[in-house]
Amino acid sequence: MAENVYDAIVVGSGISGGWAAKELTEKGLKTIMLERGRNIEHVKDYVNATKAPWEFEHRGGRTQKMIENYPVLKRDYVLNERNLDYWVNEKESPYVEIKRFDWYRGYQVGGRSLTWGRQSYRLSDLDFEANAKDGIAVDWPIRYADIAPWYSHAERFAGISGSKENIPHLPDGEFLPPMEMNCVEKDVAARIKQHYNNNRHMIIGRVANLTAAHHDRTNCQYRNACWLGCPFGAYFSTQSATLPAAMATGNLTLRPFSIVTRVLYDKDTKKARGVEVLDAETNQTYEYLAKVVFLNASALNSTWVLMNSATDVWPEGLGSSSGELGHNLMDHHFRTGANGTVEGYEDKYYYGRRPNGIYIPRYRNLGDEKRDYIRGFGYQGSAGREGWSREIAEMNVGGEFKDALTEPGQWTMGINGFGETLPYHDNKISLDKNVKDKWGLPVLAIDAEIKENERKMRKDMSADAAEMLEAAGLKNVKTYDAGYGFGQGIHEMGTARMGRDPKSSVLNANNQIWDAPNVYITDGACMTSAGNQNPSLTYMALTARAVDHAVNELKRQNI
Amino acid sequence: MNRREAISAVAWLMGGTLISADLLVSCTSRKLEVGDLFKQDQVALLNEVGDTILPATSTPGAKAANVGEFMAVMVQDCYAPEDQKIFLEGITKLNEASDKEFGKSFNQLTPEQRITLVRALDKEQQEHMLSKAEGAPNHYFRMMKELTLLGYFTSEVGATQALRYVAVPGRYDACIPYNKGDRAWAT
Repeated sequence: MAENVYDAIVVGSGISGGWAAKELTEKGLKTIMLERGRNIEHVKDYVNATKAPWEFEHRGGRTQKMIENYPVLKRDYVLNERNLDYWVNEKESPYVEIKRFDWYRGYQVGGRSLTWGRQSYRLSDLDFEANAKDGIAVDWPIRYADIAPWYSHAERFAGISGSKENIPHLPDGEFLPPMEMNCVEKDVAARIKQHYNNNRHMIIGRVANLTAAHHDRTNCQYRNACWLGCPFGAYFSTQSATLPAAMATGNLTLRPFSIVTRVLYDKDTKKARGVEVLDAETNQTYEYLAKVVFLNASALNSTWVLMNSATDVWPEGLGSSSGELGHNLMDHHFRTGANGTVEGYEDKYYYGRRPNGIYIPRYRNLGDEKRDYIRGFGYQGSAGREGWSREIAEMNVGGEFKDALTEPGQWTMGINGFGETLPYHDNKISLDKNVKDKWGLPVLAIDAEIKENERKMRKDMSADAAEMLEAAGLKNVKTYDAGYGFGQGIHEMGTARMGRDPKSSVLNANNQIWDAPNVYITDGACMTSAGNQNPSLTYMALTARAVDHAVNELKRQNI
Repeated sequence: MNRREAISAVAWLMGGTLISADLLVSCTSRKLEVGDLFKQDQVALLNEVGDTILPATSTPGAKAANVGEFMAVMVQDCYAPEDQKIFLEGITKLNEASDKEFGKSFNQLTPEQRITLVRALDKEQQEHMLSKAEGAPNHYFRMMKELTLLGYFTSEVGATQALRYVAVPGRYDACIPYNKGDRAWAT
């Protein structure tokens, strides 16, 4: 049994798990990182990363067999031939949709750090104070000042490229040089700034792609093939960044195929002793013991572990004393905006495939403005020249048609809103013990929907997009709402929220479970509200901050 | 020789020479696999249709990229059964339209007759797309055309000769001059 004793256990190896492992091991703790899926070795296992488009039999598309095997993934672009191996086997790991919920999971070493969108924005006090000001849900137990140094810490290591903009509610960070906007984007940005009297900003996306060599990693090569895994290690992932740093300490053990089934709770000490692991290959059960446990299994799965850790002390699961475990599920709602065509610029083009777009930070419900909804949204988008798939009127077959398609078409631009979803108590997950996965474990039942506030916001998200593009001089501007399934933003948040009071929250201000203070949750589960910014950078910062707390508490023998 | 290799061999045999699809079939001994949707002569015909949509100009045409095989693979693997049916029936309809207009099958048409027929079919599919109910299936010729464009411009021939493909750009130049005639980036 002795070999199964560590100082720290990290459950999950995605963005936040990788960060927990790096920070714990660098502070000298012997740590084991448990990952339920297979190993993926950096570069070596990125099997499709350097293939040309024509080397994919279906040119990246989806077969009927894939559609049959992936009833959830098929709902969006994520089901594709190029990186199918990085998505969960849905037949092995089902879940119950009480209402439609799109859960796009990555069960492998690196988790979704391999496939993430890499957009990296800080939250601000506009976000941390929002629940208290609006009188909804509970107040965040932290403010921007608590997390700001940890954002810097995370950015300095991860490598975030971006521009300093002095926008109070989208704080600047420790950036690598920004990527550049193309000619059309620059002019659109200038016109939006002028039209809205400098109250709306269009900036280059802040993205976890290296615009300069950083630590031991190479700068971005502008292939825009990130989600195949980067052979240059040019975007932040567990494999490119946190895992090698943790390994270099000599303190990390990585164990793939390790499904953590529960946290072992000691009712005498009121702390966790460790975790129980089911080996996904052999079905053998093991116990791993440690002084501190970090749950970083992704928002819903971290909560699943707690629910499956029920004891006679906590029959609804570890961390359930407040009644909030599993509740307040959030995502970002999106897929609505506008696009249009751009006159002119026929003599302008670009070289390279920029894996990033533009960002329009939130501008609604700032200051004294009061829309018929609360909170707000931001936009992501880009401008570019049309390619061969465009329609050419009056010329639709033959040599002239073909030759016309070998040249770039007109410029177009589109922007897509990403809106904040409120934390509703009745948006929730629970264990369904009647449905079992491949390993005989109960699965999650998910019951969530967007409500009136989000639906009203979506009207602004499309109408404002059209107004801004028209103000910037675009033609043929059309709004769209492509529909949104809860979860489709792949920003699952909540279900084990942070708070100030153990009666109404699962975690305290340091991400400790109130009911078991040597268990920390620092993935999306901890979020008290969603903001409208892409959340991963916040998980990185919260994780580093929580590890610092845990190590100090261990030294003081408080946990 | 597996099915895909066999199809490639047929395409190589075609090599731009005028040789009827029927003769090709009789020349090859390959047995169709159970479940294969397409016969070799149909693949050859699709290459000819594709090459009429995107013919050789200063750059190679769709047949050089073997879009016939690409269409067969895509329809077989990626199309839903109802769309497969429309596509396969479309091959028959295409020959019927050819017979009605010119009194012979598509393969026997002159290049001028082929482009005339394909223009008419393209007009037909555009009208169908405008008038069809939402969610109703596409016209078979739209399927052929879409697959031809996709198959050609994402092929090695199309991406590297008709378009410009740079595997590893190495940098991003946000705003560079474009001169009329410069080819578009493949991706």
